[in-house]
Amino acid sequence: MPVPPEQGMKKELKRQQYLDLYYYMRLNRAVEDMMVKLFRQNKIVGGLYSSLGQEAISVGTAYALEKKDWLAPMIRNIGALLVKGVRPRDIFMQHMAKYDSPTKGKDGTSHFGDLDDLHIVSPISMLGDLIPVMTGVAMAGRYLGQKIVTMTWIGDGGSSTGVFHEGLNFAATQKAPFVLILENNLWAYSTPVRKQVPLENLADRAKAYGIDSYIVDGNDVVAVYSVAKEAVDRARAGEGPILIEAKSFRRMGHAQHDPAEYVPKEMRAYWEARDPIALYERFLSSEKLLDAKSKKEVEEKIDSLLAAEREFAENSPMPPPELAETGVYCTGDDCHKIRAKWERPIAEVTPPRSSVKAVWTVPGFGSGKASDGANAPIHFGDTHASQHRVGNDTKSANGGKPAAKMAAKAAPKKTVKTAGASRKARR
Amino acid sequence: MPKANGAGPNGSASDGTQVTFLEAIKQAMFEEMERDPAVILMGEDVGVYGGAFKTSEGLLERFGWERVIDTPISESAIIGAACGMSYCGLRPICEMQFIDFIVCAFNQITNFVAKGHYLWNAPAPMVIRGPSGGGVHGGPFHSANPEMYFVHTPGVKVIYPSTPYDAKGLLKAAVRDNNPVLFFEHKFLYRRIKGEVPAGDYTVPIGKAVVRREGKHLTIISYAAMMHASLEAAEALAKEGIEAEVIDLRTLLPLDEETILNSVKKTNKCLVVHEDTRTGGIAGEIAAILFEKAFHDLDGPLVRVTSLDTPVPYAPTLEEHFLPNAKKVFSAAKELARY
Ligand SMILES: Cc1ncc(C[n+]2csc(CCOP(=O)(O)OP(=O)(O)O)c2C)c(N)n1
Ligand SMILES: [Mg+2]
Repeated sequence: MPVPPEQGMKKELKRQQYLDLYYYMRLNRAVEDMMVKLFRQNKIVGGLYSSLGQEAISVGTAYALEKKDWLAPMIRNIGALLVKGVRPRDIFMQHMAKYDSPTKGKDGTSHFGDLDDLHIVSPISMLGDLIPVMTGVAMAGRYLGQKIVTMTWIGDGGSSTGVFHEGLNFAATQKAPFVLILENNLWAYSTPVRKQVPLENLADRAKAYGIDSYIVDGNDVVAVYSVAKEAVDRARAGEGPILIEAKSFRRMGHAQHDPAEYVPKEMRAYWEARDPIALYERFLSSEKLLDAKSKKEVEEKIDSLLAAEREFAENSPMPPPELAETGVYCTGDDCHKIRAKWERPIAEVTPPRSSVKAVWTVPGFGSGKASDGANAPIHFGDTHASQHRVGNDTKSANGGKPAAKMAAKAAPKKTVKTAGASRKARR
Repeated sequence: MPKANGAGPNGSASDGTQVTFLEAIKQAMFEEMERDPAVILMGEDVGVYGGAFKTSEGLLERFGWERVIDTPISESAIIGAACGMSYCGLRPICEMQFIDFIVCAFNQITNFVAKGHYLWNAPAPMVIRGPSGGGVHGGPFHSANPEMYFVHTPGVKVIYPSTPYDAKGLLKAAVRDNNPVLFFEHKFLYRRIKGEVPAGDYTVPIGKAVVRREGKHLTIISYAAMMHASLEAAEALAKEGIEAEVIDLRTLLPLDEETILNSVKKTNKCLVVHEDTRTGGIAGEIAAILFEKAFHDLDGPLVRVTSLDTPVPYAPTLEEHFLPNAKKVFSAAKELARY
């Protein structure tokens, strides 16, 4: 069983940052505890997922983002939503299918977003789909000159979907400012990670795309934040995308209905003893950042906040039935004004400044241009007469050099780029 | 195969020039990218090469690497990334090298792109376009008409034009629409069909069918390449004294019920022609609409002329048997006219 070694938390943040991380982890847990109560009272319409024991990952990673940055949560990332500014009432109402919820009862759980203000993209249930979407947000942000970073999460199981690979590969070819957090909690529903992925470290997935990756103890919030901050900074500087594997454990069943008896007792006990909040409290008090009094203040603040949020949520009505008929299409400018927020001169991306020579340049071999339209093999089996233009300007992509020679020349260059351990393992 | 029936939406002449179907699509993309820097193009081999069918030739040259993006062979990634871009106010156009490959991104389209506005009020203005259809011996994986998978998907719009005028005007409308739009380009028409397009900017409204030929004895409803087979059949029918009204659907979702109903209430008979396979094709949907809303106006059965319920076969003899054509439309219509 791959277990990250115990490590002493490092003191390198500002006091307020330590306290923020603590507050959000406690809030994350308290919101979920309250939802378990609501679930037992039959007030939650659908399923309820838990991130118990993984709070340090959601909170530590999202805390590394700036306000202008974009994120998209998965089911166990309530903590990331809270850090980004989502109100607990919205999370309660989503689960309770209330009319005042962000989706007005049309969807549940963390399936909601906010394009204009908080910059949150709603997930869908299909695992992995957010990876190309957040790649696209990252590409658009770069195109518009916004200097943003995008972030999403994926599970150990979700990293086996096709779209994970398509998305990360595309992000890599585009050098998109995108950070992907791979939450390895050792289980995907009832299936252990070794049956999902034949790798000791899921961060090794990154090698296939020639991108950098980190491994971090997902129960150490300071380590998670530090790694995420470095990754976010590097992605913003144009070194993205970056993959972070956070190693942790899913303490509850897949969802409320699942008692998870397939998980060995000893394994659960091991991880319960490494509770991320308890570990962090020990660290904070040893560093004199938290005492009994300030801890109590945090608890009281959260208790009174959540009591009010819960009351608001419970008082919200169910959506009127006819609402089901509305909103399939955007009906135009009255519905949404779609405007790109340019933060660079538009002249840079419009002719004449955008105009280029449409050629591929192969290092060491010069350029080749496309054949023109007359040569397009359009009609299969059609007698369409395509004339082959013969002229000096028709060059093949490798400048006429034999393929073997080209491969021999190109190969060393490629190995230089991908060889060596580009992955930085932080332990 | 006749030329497109005039240039304008009703066959009216315009002062533009004759261009191929393919050229019309290229012009639409060029002009939209010129008009709005939020419009970008993404797809496999769309940049330096100019697209497998050369529909994007010259775009990279003019608009540069940031706006004309050669992607890996990853349809889900292309559609997914376009969706993310659309959330930031861009209006991406995604090319599927052949529309057959659109199903590789089926989940991204039907679950992510299509549901966003309904569920969380997130518009996704984007166009997914690509060469579709048979008749060019492309075989079972390069001849698809997958429109009905998506006509069954609330949240997207589906366009399938038959003339250069409509192709250009509808593609421009698709780029400007705030919803995800699927735009099917029948590759048989790419270079075979020429028509006039006006010199200036224009759009063709999404969701509006057009009467290509007026008639009183029966209504033939079709779209895309089969539009031309239907018009050819209508000419032949006229020589036998049967005046067929021919409707070009142009948009399949949303479907223009009004134009369909107005025509059938006049002619009292309806024939639907589509190159898509028979079961689950749009003809079934039209039949349901007529039963619901024009039951008492019908003087005969609804007749379908469609492809067979098989994959598209490769050999010319097989493909010809598989596809509808003007002759098949002619005999079916003659039969229907007898009622
Ligand atoms: C593409 C896809 N297939 C199946 C499912 C059903 N499903 C939901 S969560 C889950 C397990 C996910 O495991 P993992 O990715 O490790 O995330 P975790 O639950 O451990 O956070 C499965 C199989 C899904 N949501 N999406
Ligand atoms: Mg897991």
